[in-house]
Amino acid sequence: MSKADACAVILWVGATMYAIFGGADFGGGFWDLFSGDAERGRRPRARIQRSLTPVWEANHVWLIFILVVLWTAFPEAFGAIMSTLYVPLSLAALGIVLRGAGFAFRKSVESLPAQRALGACFAVSSLMTPFFMGAVVGAIAAGNVPAEGNGPAFSSWLEPLPLLTGAMFVASGAYLAAIFLVADSRRAGEGEMEKYFARRALWAAGVAGVFAVAGIFALHSDARYIFDRLVAEGLPLVILSAICGTAVLAMLLRGLRRGLRPLAIVAVAAVIWGWGVAQFPYLLPTSLDISTAAAPDPTLVSVLVVFCIAAVTILPALALLYSLAQRDIVGESGE
Amino acid sequence: MLGLDALPLAASESNLLAARELMAFTLAFHIVLASIGVAFPAIVLTANYIGLRRQDPDAMRLARRWSKVAAVTFATGAVTGTVLSFEFGLLWPEFMARFGDAFGIAFAIEGLFFFTEAIFLAIYIYGWKRLGGWAHFWSGVPMLVAGFGGAFSVVTANAWMNTPQGFELDAAGRVVDTAPFQVLFSPAWSYEVPHMILAAYMVAGFLFASVYAVGMLRGRRDRHHRLGLLIPLTIACLATPLQIFWGDLAAREVADHQPAKFAAFECIQETGPDQTEYLGGICTDDGVKGAIGIPGLDSLLVGFSTDTVVTGLEDIPADERPPANTLLHLSFDTMVGIGFALLALGAWLAFGWWRRRDIPATPWFLRAVAVSGAAAVVALWCGWIVTEVGRQPWIVQGFMRTEEAVTEAEGIWFAFAGVMLLYAALGTTAILVIRGMTKRWREQGESDESETPYAPSAGGRAG
Repeated sequence: MSKADACAVILWVGATMYAIFGGADFGGGFWDLFSGDAERGRRPRARIQRSLTPVWEANHVWLIFILVVLWTAFPEAFGAIMSTLYVPLSLAALGIVLRGAGFAFRKSVESLPAQRALGACFAVSSLMTPFFMGAVVGAIAAGNVPAEGNGPAFSSWLEPLPLLTGAMFVASGAYLAAIFLVADSRRAGEGEMEKYFARRALWAAGVAGVFAVAGIFALHSDARYIFDRLVAEGLPLVILSAICGTAVLAMLLRGLRRGLRPLAIVAVAAVIWGWGVAQFPYLLPTSLDISTAAAPDPTLVSVLVVFCIAAVTILPALALLYSLAQRDIVGESGE
Repeated sequence: MLGLDALPLAASESNLLAARELMAFTLAFHIVLASIGVAFPAIVLTANYIGLRRQDPDAMRLARRWSKVAAVTFATGAVTGTVLSFEFGLLWPEFMARFGDAFGIAFAIEGLFFFTEAIFLAIYIYGWKRLGGWAHFWSGVPMLVAGFGGAFSVVTANAWMNTPQGFELDAAGRVVDTAPFQVLFSPAWSYEVPHMILAAYMVAGFLFASVYAVGMLRGRRDRHHRLGLLIPLTIACLATPLQIFWGDLAAREVADHQPAKFAAFECIQETGPDQTEYLGGICTDDGVKGAIGIPGLDSLLVGFSTDTVVTGLEDIPADERPPANTLLHLSFDTMVGIGFALLALGAWLAFGWWRRRDIPATPWFLRAVAVSGAAAVVALWCGWIVTEVGRQPWIVQGFMRTEEAVTEAEGIWFAFAGVMLLYAALGTTAILVIRGMTKRWREQGESDESETPYAPSAGGRAG
């Protein structure tokens, strides 16, 4: 594997982490939005808030990680994506501001109207951000970003595949969030909430599954390069995702809880890696490949070294944070 | 034909101005939050340490409340920082596409520190009640390290834009080779990085202290307020003399590395020895109007002798001179002026402490502290205006002009207007939220948190 390929793998690791953990945080906002009025939504909202509070900022850093690796290791691709897809990217950035601020401020105010307004900010932007990020990914997959940049500002992403990808990002975040919230409710002994989120996980799984199948048709018509390789080299990963997704559905229906989270994570991660395998060796199919876009070797080595340092320092620290949060040693109650 | 040619040029010039204004505005907003993020750990951990060491409930309460405020400012800083990451690409795609492989290296390292900060800040802020006292204290220490490391990596990236090195270009201007260590330690890092870290400590320290000075002026003179004033104020006042020393050093280095920038903010037109140092005034092509001039001082400051030759703008090609010389000059003077005023404030505190072991008794001292936070923020902004506007017309000094880097996207002025509204709402809400928190704390008085902040099992160990 070349150094450039290794950096592309790092980029995909970051994207996977962000899609799973960042995606689940956005999914929490999705369920917050649809938990009904203040009275009915009180308990699910409180559950969502408790689960998100200690971890969402650390999860958000994966986005910075992706941006930094992309612009350092593959500056041309970064420039091309940014100068073409600036509309959905700006909307995603707007969503990031509203989501972060809305969430952090809501838990620090006490009056109900203020909580409601900030909560609406948090929840609506939790829908908006993954949707537009998905649209960006879909537009890249569809080959709508030219290597030299400055592609069409609107027609590059206002197409079935990017829009469908956006919807799929929202759905997969909601799916993961519901699964994580089932586990969190169970650990906190909130049986009613556990059932509440299990029902929603089932729905989200169904919807995400429908989107995934529709996505395959959209790939067939709009992103032929990726489609052809997804049903060849990428097929094992597609099958893995389908098996895990089905297993999650079956377990939810039968009320089984153990192993739900890893299976759901693998179901989502396998799609991301399937996409990566299908897109290889292109960063921007089919105008810019990994080796052409890559920075000079010393820069790539720096990125690899930084990633190795992160693997031995940041990942254990993240694991510590998650384990403290899971045991409720770190959380709202400890504030 | 002429009309067709002129039109896109006009459009791109308009884009350049809009993009620069948008970048400046979002940076100015973020840099205040970033400063709090860098220096907050030292301030809160000092209070926490005093609280644990001396079993001081006032210090402990301050540390807990500050950590709640930090939860709000850190979240705001995290999102405004993300906006800046997007803006690098959205506003300056050509810059990133051409120089991302050199410029980016420092940011790759910054990612490590940002993770560290986010993880341990969460453990610290949300671990008060369930972690043992000293375990909790130590969980905050990585934030302190991350503050230094994060500031280093971001500011060293800016230093590289001012004194770029460590890369090789081919005929087309593409980076074909890099030397990461040279990129990370370009000449300007040695003065920009310490200057900014000290600025962060001053901004955060004076800002925190000014809140308690206002409280004391309103008659709340209990120990809680005195300690809340003294801890951050002492830290900021210790940073101030170091900052003036480093600022002096930085100015001399800038005269050496970026003579155009130096000549612009000092309003020097003609190259030569015996340069006059101008305080205030308006810069024009034929000299400074309405300034106080001290003959020979500028040469003396640059080279420790009035014989020192300082480059004037006449020797800089017209299309490489920074714009807005008066703005640069007044920004520089304002920054230096505020720096010395804050030094005097520190001396006042030191004198009072030496004579009476107390904060100076006069309300004028509290009034001075009350405005010191805002003054420090203004000085911070002025410093960045000098650095960034002074580098123009370059985005990478000597290698790429800002006009070559700017996006061709449309609607940047609309984006600018939208971002102004968004950030106005963001800033106002953040302030209202923090004010709401402090109001609730005042109503609760000291009762709510007089209990030990740590778990019962850990309470014994807390002392």
